[in-house]
Amino acid sequence: MPRVSVWFVRASLCHLVAGFGIGALLLASKGVTLAAGVWALRGVHIELLLVGWMIQLVMGVAVWIFPRMGLRRAPQRSAVTAWLAFALLNGGVLLVSLGGPLFAVGRLMEVTAAASFAAHLWGRVSPGLSEI
Amino acid sequence: MPPLSRWYIKLAIVYFIAALVVGALQALLDIPYLGPAYVHMLVVGWITQMIFGVAYWMFPKYSPEAPRGDNAIAVATFALLNGGLLLRIVVEPLRAWHPGAAPGWLLVVAGAAQALAGVGFALNTWPRVKIR
Repeated sequence: MPRVSVWFVRASLCHLVAGFGIGALLLASKGVTLAAGVWALRGVHIELLLVGWMIQLVMGVAVWIFPRMGLRRAPQRSAVTAWLAFALLNGGVLLVSLGGPLFAVGRLMEVTAAASFAAHLWGRVSPGLSEI
Repeated sequence: MPPLSRWYIKLAIVYFIAALVVGALQALLDIPYLGPAYVHMLVVGWITQMIFGVAYWMFPKYSPEAPRGDNAIAVATFALLNGGLLLRIVVEPLRAWHPGAAPGWLLVVAGAAQALAGVGFALNTWPRVKIR
């Protein structure tokens, strides 16, 4: 597994644990009395699990599994776009989770992460040698 | 495919169908308190469970002696995820329908079980995610 995929997948595992932990608090608050502000974490719960866990895991596995033919043409650029996608996605999840005035900046970082990921993967979506 | 992955994937398919049945019932009979159960049957029972099963099967091997990590943690993760989810999808709508229909602490147990499943999956998967 390439180094950037290791970072993607391990970061997704961290988001899974944090997201499930917050989810447990939210669910518990429906059964017993907890601090009133716990429901303010609902958006964080969704952000961590949807973007931080599921989407990030898919990105990491795609960078690992997809054909590498396109990588040989421009290995440096491919590494930069994958790392950029990783950094922007996790920065975006963090800012969106913190909320407040940086919420929109976080969303923009996630959009840029998606674009960078697309730039990385686009050339790798190709027929295998056996299909040419 | 290891037996545990088969269990994960077959249960994921069962949850997929069951979730859509619940979604249809919710729409046809106008039962608003089935909403959280429907969403979590899809995102935990179907998507997350499918990810857990496929990752357990296909991620890089931990070692020749223990290719899929600690077997006890893996089995406990499966039991906690499904036990917690099942408890949630039964107790949460019951309490929303009538607060006295089931004790609230069952939701604390359901949340804690799923959170522990997340920790178990992360613990067992983390060392298998490595640079090659």
